[in-house]
Amino acid sequence: MKSNRRIWPIHGGLNLPPHKSDSTAQAIVQAPVPPELVLPLHQHIGEEAKPCVEVGAHVRRGQLLAKVTSYVAAPVHASSSGRVSAIEDRPIPHPSGLRARCIVIETDGLDESVPGTGLGDFTAIDPVLLRAELRRQGLVGLGGAAFPSAVKLNRLPHHQVRTLILNGAECEPHISCDDMVMRERAEDIITGARIMMYMLAAEECLVAIETDKPEAIEAIDTAIARAQDSRLELVPVPTVYPEGGEKQLIQVLTGREVPADHLSADVGVVCHNVATAAQVKRTIIDGDALTSRIVTVTGGGVAKPRNLDVRLGTPISWLIAQCGGYTDKAERLIMGGPMMGFTLDDDSAPIVKASNCILVAAHDEVHAGGDAMPCIRCGECARACPVKLLPQQLYWFSCADDHDELQSHHLFDCIECGCCAYVCPSRIPLVQFYRASKSRIWQQEQERERAERARERFEERERRLSEQKLARKQRLARRRAALHEKGNGNKVQEAVERARKRRAAMRDEEPPE
Amino acid sequence: MKFQHAPAPHLTPPNSVALVMRQVLMALIPATIAHVWFFGPGLLVNMLIACTVALASEAIMLHLRGRPLRKYLGDYSAVLAAVLLAFAVPPLTPWWVTATGVVFAIVFAKHLFGGLGHNPFNPAMAGYVVLLVSFPAQMTAWLPPAIDQIAHVDFSLWQTIAIILSGELPATIGWDAVTSATPLDRVKTGLGLMQTIGEIRQNPLFGDFGGRGWEWLANWFAVGGFWLLYKGVIRWHIPVSMIASLLLIATVAYMLDPGSHASPLFHLFSGATMIGAFFIATDPVSAATTDKGRLIYGAGIGLLTYAIRAWGGYPDGVAFAVLLMNMAVPLIDRLTVPRVYGHES
Repeated sequence: MKSNRRIWPIHGGLNLPPHKSDSTAQAIVQAPVPPELVLPLHQHIGEEAKPCVEVGAHVRRGQLLAKVTSYVAAPVHASSSGRVSAIEDRPIPHPSGLRARCIVIETDGLDESVPGTGLGDFTAIDPVLLRAELRRQGLVGLGGAAFPSAVKLNRLPHHQVRTLILNGAECEPHISCDDMVMRERAEDIITGARIMMYMLAAEECLVAIETDKPEAIEAIDTAIARAQDSRLELVPVPTVYPEGGEKQLIQVLTGREVPADHLSADVGVVCHNVATAAQVKRTIIDGDALTSRIVTVTGGGVAKPRNLDVRLGTPISWLIAQCGGYTDKAERLIMGGPMMGFTLDDDSAPIVKASNCILVAAHDEVHAGGDAMPCIRCGECARACPVKLLPQQLYWFSCADDHDELQSHHLFDCIECGCCAYVCPSRIPLVQFYRASKSRIWQQEQERERAERARERFEERERRLSEQKLARKQRLARRRAALHEKGNGNKVQEAVERARKRRAAMRDEEPPE
Repeated sequence: MKFQHAPAPHLTPPNSVALVMRQVLMALIPATIAHVWFFGPGLLVNMLIACTVALASEAIMLHLRGRPLRKYLGDYSAVLAAVLLAFAVPPLTPWWVTATGVVFAIVFAKHLFGGLGHNPFNPAMAGYVVLLVSFPAQMTAWLPPAIDQIAHVDFSLWQTIAIILSGELPATIGWDAVTSATPLDRVKTGLGLMQTIGEIRQNPLFGDFGGRGWEWLANWFAVGGFWLLYKGVIRWHIPVSMIASLLLIATVAYMLDPGSHASPLFHLFSGATMIGAFFIATDPVSAATTDKGRLIYGAGIGLLTYAIRAWGGYPDGVAFAVLLMNMAVPLIDRLTVPRVYGHES
């Protein structure tokens, strides 16, 4: 049912050219299985998974490759069948451009799967078991942050979750994978939503979709009507970037702000991406592990922009080839959108759980940079900031490296959405300054902690040394005192006695003359 | 395949400093035409002189400071300061007076404080105030508007250029025949002579709200200002609060004693109110930056403008008011930090 719910505005935000239709013209394409799959062990927020297969082992789709032990983590599964050819460092999609440990599978083309273990009627199962299942099957949030879903579906005793929000806002330009999932898998999303509501004991579920996605709205509306569940509500929300940010969307739908240093559950709201909901259905009902995801491949640098259902571990270069290859204009390879995505210097990196979009930007689609002017204090950045920060002041403090002022102006509340940098007439790469300042402050804090530990160690050592010194002194003193007690004279006398006796003995032995 | 590394956001910002400055310059075109219509081509000559001197001073300062010339000369900020100063001085001001003001604005008020973005004071107003205190005679030598009911002398473009370059009128005419007090000046002098506002307004110089011609000039400044608001180049806070506070205090004074206080609308349409509200006070570099801060800043300018006009020594007070409030900006900015998402105020 489409709602007449009140919508609250967010502060600032931008109306950006959407560029979504580039990749939504055709239905989701099933990407073929590549000859080689590269599965990084760390595709999620939390602890890195540990390999539990040997090189040379034969694996099937859905088979566990790397397991985890800590709470915030997600295991890795094989995304097709084949032979584990290596466990080694490979380029991964990460802003650092570093290489990391990956399990490499040489696929055999058979694409065999382990048998699914669907749980059937979820309402008959304890939420704890459902959570364990999501965890076991490696499910993470598919919106881009890749936070383990089971953690976010855990209802803590002190939390009263009233509202489950399904985030279908997808506000960043170019990205359309959520749009396409909503269009084509609306039923899965709604079933997933009902599973999640059951797990959280939520009273209502709001599916938020930006109004620039009429097809998705239509599809979800139909699916909700078919589900005949009055707790579900479709809420079309205005199209404004960065409304799809969790805290922003909660503000739009509830008018409430998540207090600083708190979780959304503290205000009775849990927010999940629509694609995550669809995957929850696939995991719980169909018994599938997370081995594929929908990826938008778009931009002026790729011949045929589209959305594909891609096996995790598929090399980006191979995926681009499935989309007609690069055009002559291809200049920047971005994972994510044009506002928050990061560049990859190497297209051999694989698609991972967090890869929602591969944007191959043409040179006329991106800002070359290097044209920054001094800040003219126009304040447009503060108008655009969805968090109501003062980006311009933060910029000055960042230049001055004034950590106290940066923190008192709440630098760490910055979500790095890039609105300030986009509206800046001086074209200052503001977000860059904030990232640099954040890491400098982190570094300084780490150093302070290290110094604190070193100081404690030093003081402890000094204490031990002085104790030892004291003990030695006392021992010496005791020994000296003991000597004094016995008296030095006795010893001399004893020696004299001994000498006298010896002489007497010698005299006795001497023959008489 | 290897790709270039670059930080997000990747989209090209649609705006630039040069674009902002160009838009402000464009918004001054209607008022420029009106000014030339009423006061002759002097403004255009002054603009040319001011811009030439401004760009030259800017280039020299940039060179001395080791900054790239093309990048900063192309930002139009020096041109804008020069044009605003040209609006502030009377149309027949000798060229060296204008040049002095421009040099002070660019060299002292702008570059010695660190150049674009770093000047605490509005350069155009700093330059103008230097002229106001250094060349009081020239700065009050305004012309009457070229309207039939008012005696005025028409100068051709060539005559205007000759007057400005030489600083002297053609031999046959004296300055007294050419110049005229501005409406604000006339009010101040009249009140000093114990005339009532009603008596003062008998003079043909006065029109419906302000002075004849002058009030039209104010209208065209406002039109340009509205266009800037529409384009989002300036925001409403400063113009609205400046005009509102000026109107408010003028209304209170007017209601207490209409005989010795000019009407609120007279204040609105006279002197530099409109150019001040939309083009001077809104200079982002020297203004407050938060929304609340801008309301305070604008209100302060409005109140100080009235105070100087009513009780100060100068007929108009916008320039002084702007400079005084410029000084308060760091404090205002500190006191008006908005509440951040998820934090208590």
